[in-house]
Amino acid sequence: MLKAAPWLIIGVLIVPVLAGLFAIVPPAFGYLPALQQTEPGLAVWADLFNTPGIARSAMLSLAAGVLTPLLSLMLVLLFLASVSGTRWAHAMRRLVAPLLAVPHAAAAFGLAFLIAPSGFALRLVSPELSGWQRPPDLLILNDPLGLTMMLGLVLKEIPFLLLMALAALPQLNPDQRVAMARTLGYRPTLAWLWTVAPALYPLLRLPLFAVIAFASATVDVALILGPTLPPTLSVRIVSWFSDPDLNQRLLASAAALLQLLITLSAIGVWIGAEKVIGRLYHRLLLSGIRQTGHVLLNVAGRSLLVITLGSLLLSLLLLVVHAFAGPWRFPANLPDAWTTQHWQSVGPVLLTPLANTLLLGLVSTLLAVVLVLAALEHGSRQARAPARLLWAIYMPLLVPQVAFLYGLTLLLEQLRWLPGLVTVGFAHSLFVVPYVYLSLAEPYRRLDPRWQQLSATLGASANRTWWRIKLPLLMAPIATACAVGLAVSIGQYLATLLTGAGRVSTLTTEAVALASGGTRGTIAVWALLQAAIPMLGFALAIALPRFCWRHRRDMRGQLT
Amino acid sequence: MTASRLTLKNIDIRLHGKVLLQLDTVIEPGATLTVMGPSGVGKSSLLAYIAGFLAPEFDASGEIYMNDRCLNSLPAEQRNIGLLFQDPLLFPHMSVAQNLGFALPARARDRQAKVEQALRAVSLEGFGHRDPATLSGGQKARVALQRLLLSQPKAVLLDEPFSRLDAHLRQEVRQHVFQTLREAGLPTILVTHDADDAAATGGPVIELG
Repeated sequence: MLKAAPWLIIGVLIVPVLAGLFAIVPPAFGYLPALQQTEPGLAVWADLFNTPGIARSAMLSLAAGVLTPLLSLMLVLLFLASVSGTRWAHAMRRLVAPLLAVPHAAAAFGLAFLIAPSGFALRLVSPELSGWQRPPDLLILNDPLGLTMMLGLVLKEIPFLLLMALAALPQLNPDQRVAMARTLGYRPTLAWLWTVAPALYPLLRLPLFAVIAFASATVDVALILGPTLPPTLSVRIVSWFSDPDLNQRLLASAAALLQLLITLSAIGVWIGAEKVIGRLYHRLLLSGIRQTGHVLLNVAGRSLLVITLGSLLLSLLLLVVHAFAGPWRFPANLPDAWTTQHWQSVGPVLLTPLANTLLLGLVSTLLAVVLVLAALEHGSRQARAPARLLWAIYMPLLVPQVAFLYGLTLLLEQLRWLPGLVTVGFAHSLFVVPYVYLSLAEPYRRLDPRWQQLSATLGASANRTWWRIKLPLLMAPIATACAVGLAVSIGQYLATLLTGAGRVSTLTTEAVALASGGTRGTIAVWALLQAAIPMLGFALAIALPRFCWRHRRDMRGQLT
Repeated sequence: MTASRLTLKNIDIRLHGKVLLQLDTVIEPGATLTVMGPSGVGKSSLLAYIAGFLAPEFDASGEIYMNDRCLNSLPAEQRNIGLLFQDPLLFPHMSVAQNLGFALPARARDRQAKVEQALRAVSLEGFGHRDPATLSGGQKARVALQRLLLSQPKAVLLDEPFSRLDAHLRQEVRQHVFQTLREAGLPTILVTHDADDAAATGGPVIELG
């Protein structure tokens, strides 16, 4: 059983991704027997390149794929440099996990409520500062350059990269490095940037590639905040795929291959930039700058940290406000009246999406946690680092979702799997397993090996040690991993839409479907529900171990 | 309790081709062999090799015998070799009694009585339900030793078990441990860099490094 786990993970993750990718190749070259298309050729590609605005759509995706991770990385390094070793670091650590739990769609809706022309930010300064009595005629949301979309992505990727960085940092002994550099006269912020950041970067590379893949191919955030004329490539792929004219699927296949190419190019650009920036960084590092810019970096880092995490929190708060808001004239800071009518309108149709969401989340998380724990235990008994496994884990995160999920759907159709909860749950697992693994691997590896050695010398078999010693000691990280898995499953938009053939409704699909044309109140209710369940999961993950170990002092106060 | 003899035959432990340690000796029932030397000479790898969990990057050879039985092919949990680490390492998620009960072999009867008896033997009656975190350093050390004895080992390894104790406790705990092990007739290997530890055993000393 244990021996099979790593192979099962590799199989469950790599096979669908590769099969999905291969499945789009024949239709992209005009071969789709189901639609009586049996003459291979390049006609589909000609059609694709003749589609109006296709070059612009592709460029938008490429730009989002490079700029989003770049900005996120710069901010994350700046935050860490300016708060490391201070009380701020503690507060930041506390906020990161719950903010990561908020699904992309909910965060994007909240951000829209914050920065739209009639949004909260402009209400605060109107009419006193701006003089506006009516919402200004500005194209803030859905701006043609996709800037708002990238902003939304950056806000949501920052908690992810921060969490990855915080998990990787302990093995680098950052305090020791900073202390050493300080004795050489470097101020703390610069000491961190020069001695810790270069060592941290290689550990953030895979997560950054995942950010590139996600940002260059996002669908839900692009639907909510992204440009419309033309939209990003990924959005167009989805609309072609769901077009009633089935022949559009050929176009969708070619575009999905193009999407893969775009994502690979974004990664290529990144690797190229890495070399140039790395060289410049080292020159700067060796230039002996000890004090210059220290104050500026500190102030900028801390204020940007407050602004980014603050606007995420404020966005969530605005979901609450809008969910209960009655009529709300423009420059007023708060609604004129409060109401529960949005909840009443959502109530009757809530049950199915809610039940689907919970069922999918709980089942895929349970399966993932069992599989990942088995694989990690197998790895620890083998006493060697599973490097291959890590690549398998990252596979579904590195290949653009829209490319392989679409192929996978085609494949499932040909295998006559009826789209439904089973196919969707399977697709969710492709993303739940990697995140559960990423959240558990480090605590598992860091568990003091003496516990299991001691247990063995007391005569306990490896299995008894696992059940009675390791799993209880790891209860808090396991609970966190469950919450992460649940949050990931709940956040899935594209996987649910495609592999469920649009027939499986979840909180996320309902919320995103309202992006064009829904009223703010209803959108807020759905988005709030979508954000509330993962948050509840994290609250439970923190509370449960504390309750269980309330009589065991040394089991409390564990980080992770 | 049947007396057992621990035999180490041509033990040779290397790391990246460099010899860390070579040893060939017999430890009689109730006797203690002390292995001394500065840190980094492979004292702890010797204990890990005997106990059965030496990390794979080491190259080790040589046989370990308990009386006439060769232990090399057995996993750690079947070797009947107990180990005390530098820290008492009471399992933090279990009560004191659960820690002791965990060590009792599955075949043991009257488990609760045995646990209570073990606590009484070190004057810790009524501590069974306590959270190990609430015990003093000396109490933890005594519980760790009782736990080891309840697992009914045939030999014992001590990995600098007194080095983390305060000076005034060290003397007391040390005496208690050696006396108990001697009375139980257990062959013991002590790894330390404290000459007082070695003197307290009254047994042979091997210097490494």
